[in-house]
Amino acid sequence: MEPNLGVNLAGLELHNPFVLASGIWGSAAETLIRAGQAGAGAVTSKSCSVVPRRGHPNPAVLPWRGGLINAVGLANPGAAEERLILRDTQRGLRPLGVPLIASIFGGTPDEYARAAELVAQAEPDIIEVNISCPNVQNEFGVPFALDPGAAAQVTAAVRAVYSGRLFIKLSPNTPAITAVARAAAQAGADGFTAVNTLGPGMLIDTHARMPILSNRIGGISGPALLPIALRCVYEITQALSLPVIGTGGIASGEAALQMVMAGATALGVGSALAGEGTAVFQRLSAELRTLMAAEGIAALSEVRGCAHG
Amino acid sequence: MAETLYARMRVVRKVTEGSIGVTLILDGELPCEPGQFAMVWVPGVEERPFTLMNDTPVGLTIAEVGPLTHALCALNPGDWVWLRGPYGHGYPLQGERLLLIGGGSGSASLALLAKRAKLHDLHVRTFLGARSASLLMLAWYMADLSEKLSIATDDGTLGFHGSVLQAAASDLPWATAVYACGPEGMLAALAASRKPDAPPCWVNLERVMRCGIGVCGSCHCGSQLVCADGPVFAVEKVAAYLGSGHT
Ligand SMILES: Cc1cc2nc3c(=O)[nH]c(=O)nc-3n(C[C@H](O)[C@H](O)[C@H](O)COP(=O)(O)OP(=O)(O)OC[C@H]3O[C@@H](n4cnc5c(N)ncnc54)[C@H](O)[C@@H]3O)c2cc1C
Ligand SMILES: Cc1cc2nc3c(=O)[nH]c(=O)nc-3n(C[C@H](O)[C@H](O)[C@H](O)COP(=O)(O)O)c2cc1C
Ligand code: FES
Repeated sequence: MEPNLGVNLAGLELHNPFVLASGIWGSAAETLIRAGQAGAGAVTSKSCSVVPRRGHPNPAVLPWRGGLINAVGLANPGAAEERLILRDTQRGLRPLGVPLIASIFGGTPDEYARAAELVAQAEPDIIEVNISCPNVQNEFGVPFALDPGAAAQVTAAVRAVYSGRLFIKLSPNTPAITAVARAAAQAGADGFTAVNTLGPGMLIDTHARMPILSNRIGGISGPALLPIALRCVYEITQALSLPVIGTGGIASGEAALQMVMAGATALGVGSALAGEGTAVFQRLSAELRTLMAAEGIAALSEVRGCAHG
Repeated sequence: MAETLYARMRVVRKVTEGSIGVTLILDGELPCEPGQFAMVWVPGVEERPFTLMNDTPVGLTIAEVGPLTHALCALNPGDWVWLRGPYGHGYPLQGERLLLIGGGSGSASLALLAKRAKLHDLHVRTFLGARSASLLMLAWYMADLSEKLSIATDDGTLGFHGSVLQAAASDLPWATAVYACGPEGMLAALAASRKPDAPPCWVNLERVMRCGIGVCGSCHCGSQLVCADGPVFAVEKVAAYLGSGHT
């Protein structure tokens, strides 16, 4: 029997588990729709904030041996403008049966709530809250994602204005990712995306004798992140029963199956689009189907979280 | 991928391009298709995409418009430039008679095309345009590579008095393929004036880029990514979006 790649993510039916990750191909309706047409199970828009941001100068995104490093700096046109992009995107994706996930961020819980209200007008299927950015009310600008209390505040603020599916995107840069997840769950989260980029890290050019990124430091993604993402998803799903979009370094059907076995319901794909483009979705689906057939797995739900023993 | 991301190359020759910029010939190689580009970095300044006007050795033709191009134009023989690439898809050589139309620094992307065409004994006619004679780029270089080189200037200071498209119009029936690079208004006009039986037409687009490798989405033109799907496109593929660029 042909293995079934379909998954149910918080009540949404996805044709396959592969989700275009936030910040990848995500600045225009046309590119998001193209990802859906090319075989993504769901697509995530680029994170937007109430106030538009220009982002950092180049070099801002670079390939390296382990994947990518980026300091795009959350460049975005603002949530009011993004709402129009999301509306066009949703119009293109609905007929394909591909859900749209709208990503937001802010500097304060109130900014998150206002961004959520704006993007909600475009009726995305999920709002994903990127909490990896600095909390401007914290004396040291510690990211919300590293502080269970702050993560709960943001979640509660968005929950108060938005009754739809609410996912919190977690950072791997904390020794206690389950504590952050639990706090967000108690504040009303319906699920998680785990993880955002790791680090920050740095690349140095030995001739220039300086960091390459204009921002000097940036987030690490791609294959280097996979073992960390697997551990994070494993810990979160061991502690909580909410669905997780496992994200980080997925570039093969093998990595995808590992992530499902760690406990993920859906699978975020970002850096793997480098070089390969949206053709990566067909390849990942084909590889996963072949592996499932070889392992005698008819549906992913059979092995979800099986690594927990 | 190796531990070193950028190839560092030394400027060996600098040619002044009128009052608008320079062509830098470097001491390294980046074998590529005509129309492909490299991300060029000047540490401490910026990194942006530039067409490889030649690949062995690497050549860059730079119009001075902002901080990075200012820094590049100030380089002299012996100075260093950092490049990663080549990236993107270039021009296919199609048929025997190639009509090349360049505006401003767009000439850069036609230079390697003309060189490859000559290598394959194809016929090349080139039309280069600019607002004024002092803003023309690479006319000195294209002369040797084209059977016919025509110049057009908006103010009539050199060659045909008018747009490069008007100048090239009479040679359109001759061509088996048309290749154009230049300001987006020029490309939009070219697309709009195309007749149903026109030969295939390839255009080279510019968009603001971050990654250059098809990840970040900054460089989109409709559903296409200029860095990964382009920068060279069949004109029909992008005609509806020409004019939406903001480089
Ligand atoms: C695939 C590709 C190939 C390219 N090849 C070349 C090339 O061979 N030679 C070359 O000179 N440039 C080329 N460019 C453009 C180049 O990447 C830079 O954007 C440009 O040179 C400006 O860089 P800057 O940092 O000096 O100025 P910026 O700070 O980016 O710009 C300064 C000012 O100039 C304006 N401006 C920016 N770019 C242009 C432009 N192209 N024409 C007119 N005004 C502009 C800006 O809006 C701004 O007002 C290419 C771009 C792409 C996408
Ligand atoms: C260039 C780039 C931009 C990104 N922008 C965002 C963003 O705006 N919001 C967000 O939540 N995550 C962003 N991310 C993180 C990804 O969504 C993803 O969590 C991370 O890259 C790990 O997945 P990967 O290894 O498949 O790339 C970005 C990643 C990259 C490489
Ligand atoms: S510059 Fe990043 S996708 Fe083209």
